[in-house]
Amino acid sequence: MILRTVTLTAVLALGASALMAEEVRVYNWSDYIDEELLTKFEAETGIDLIYDVFDSNEVLETKMLAGGSGYDVVVPSGTFLQRQIAAGAFQKLDPEKLPNLANMWNVVSERTEQYDPENAYSINYMWGTTGIGVNIGKVRELLGDDAPVNSLELVFNPANMEKLSECGVHFLDAPAELIPMALKYLGEDPDSHDPDVIKRAEEVFAPVRPYIQKFHSSEYVNALANGDICVAVGWSGDILQSRDRAAEADNGVEIEYHAATEGAQMWFDQMAIPVDAPNPDAAHVFLNFIMDAENMAAASNYVYYANGNKASQDFLIEDVIGDPAIYPDEATLSNLFTTTPYPAKVQRVVTRLWTKIKSGT
Amino acid sequence: MMRRFALIAVPYLWLLLLFLVPFVIVLKISLSDTALAIPPYTPTLDWAEGLGSFFSQLDFENFIWLTQDDLYWRAYLSSLVIALVSTALTLMIGYPMAYGMARAPEEWRPTLMMLVILPFWTSFLIRVYAWMGILSNEGFLNQFLLWIGVIDTPLTILNTNTAVYIGIVYTYLPFMILPIYAALDRMDGSLIEAAEDLGCSRLSAFWLVTVPLSRNGIIAGCFLVFIPALGEFVIPSLLGGSGTLMIGKVLWEEFFSNRDWPVASAVAVVLLLILVVPIVLFQRNQQKQSEAET
Repeated sequence: MILRTVTLTAVLALGASALMAEEVRVYNWSDYIDEELLTKFEAETGIDLIYDVFDSNEVLETKMLAGGSGYDVVVPSGTFLQRQIAAGAFQKLDPEKLPNLANMWNVVSERTEQYDPENAYSINYMWGTTGIGVNIGKVRELLGDDAPVNSLELVFNPANMEKLSECGVHFLDAPAELIPMALKYLGEDPDSHDPDVIKRAEEVFAPVRPYIQKFHSSEYVNALANGDICVAVGWSGDILQSRDRAAEADNGVEIEYHAATEGAQMWFDQMAIPVDAPNPDAAHVFLNFIMDAENMAAASNYVYYANGNKASQDFLIEDVIGDPAIYPDEATLSNLFTTTPYPAKVQRVVTRLWTKIKSGT
Repeated sequence: MMRRFALIAVPYLWLLLLFLVPFVIVLKISLSDTALAIPPYTPTLDWAEGLGSFFSQLDFENFIWLTQDDLYWRAYLSSLVIALVSTALTLMIGYPMAYGMARAPEEWRPTLMMLVILPFWTSFLIRVYAWMGILSNEGFLNQFLLWIGVIDTPLTILNTNTAVYIGIVYTYLPFMILPIYAALDRMDGSLIEAAEDLGCSRLSAFWLVTVPLSRNGIIAGCFLVFIPALGEFVIPSLLGGSGTLMIGKVLWEEFFSNRDWPVASAVAVVLLLILVVPIVLFQRNQQKQSEAET
């Protein structure tokens, strides 16, 4: 009897390991997919999906540069992707295995070529802008009906910020986006790599720093929806998710998202396959699944970010495709800017400046 | 003979594997330059090019860099102050607790010991998160103080250095209590009786007999608290504010934000030196004393 049990266990273990061979490990941003898609992928392909999340490009990059992360698909943003390609962290995609590449949208892929020439290493997952989320009721109460909610004046003019500090303001803890924003406010080139120009960002932050409650890259989603804060400098889709949470809670909080009229940063999150991915074939299957028009639309309908998939637009709900905060019109689109990665020496200046802005030392 | 050799070899092997080898790797990275590659630094040891070219590429510029920006020494200094103050606070709270445990009736001691160890059954991270709930503006502490009428407006404790001290003292208290308790527990009670018989008051007997006899426990406890507190990262990043400057946080930023592993390693090497020097001095002192006694 004991012998039979042992044999049975061995057979089961063998069977399990044969099944285990087909698995794909995906490392994506937190709150960034409709989880039903994950179940659907497993059901359609029979591949086991292991889905982990992160919340900062820096953490992902350190894993990539250390090597041996064990992931098959990762999702860095454009500038980070470019640097990691240069470091040799990714493998070229095999277009043969990705028939759904035909669905992609040239408006986006032309822009992502800046980071990944010919889009040889990555596909676009989502893209968005960095802008301002406001609790419109509270902001109008403090600043009057003509509050400059669609302008950087709202968050960089100390007179406005002093009043807004009463109800709470959060900024992203992301120097690569906040410093270009401050430079734009000064009328400088937001993509400047000149340390002297970059250091001018301090002139913008120093007078408003006392009125900023916190620098954090994810807390603002709930804080804005609950009414704990009334202004957040954050990512478009996050603020729109916060708008929806407030609407669902029916708590009288009304959130709006605005890309600043002075110009807002546009960013792209790209899916790529690490050079040492354990299962690149399954990774291609996953990318192809994501590029399916209906699947991509389901993801966008869930997270309120625009995607780089032309074919998916037929399946997008009106709330997404019809919202200029998500799919901007031609005029707004031409007003958006992109940035390029900082070289190591300049990155040091940026990080040091950011520490100084946040902590005063 | 073989057995004795093996007995001595085990701790040295342990030291070599778990301390010296990692340290040499970190030291090596601290002497290299950043590069856009996997891993992100040069030079990596390439046997084909030989050791000569490997050594010629090493340099000390990362250590020089640390002296050029006041951020680093300020962070080291502020970490030292935070670690010293928290060690003193932990000692002040931990000693009476250990003393009470050692003086408690024999049958209570296992229970008291259990109560000290009990917090370890919950994840450290969850316990620190719990403090966030207690200390925040709408947290339990403020609500309680408002309710009993001690304060009118909530105290801002979370995201300040006070919260960091509370977190460190709470987390490391057992490490202070246990060695002191062990020392006090071993103490021969008749020594106190002898001191009192010879005309010592209870208080001076405590200072002249109990404290010196528990000195080893006090020193062990202080090291167990001071060393991890100096490099602490989790507690200041969760409970501290953006104004809390600690070397652990600087290390994180060098590693993750600047992607500068060599400078991050240099910071770590200097941190280790700061820790090793007092330990070595202390051991020398101990040796001299024991030699003087014999």
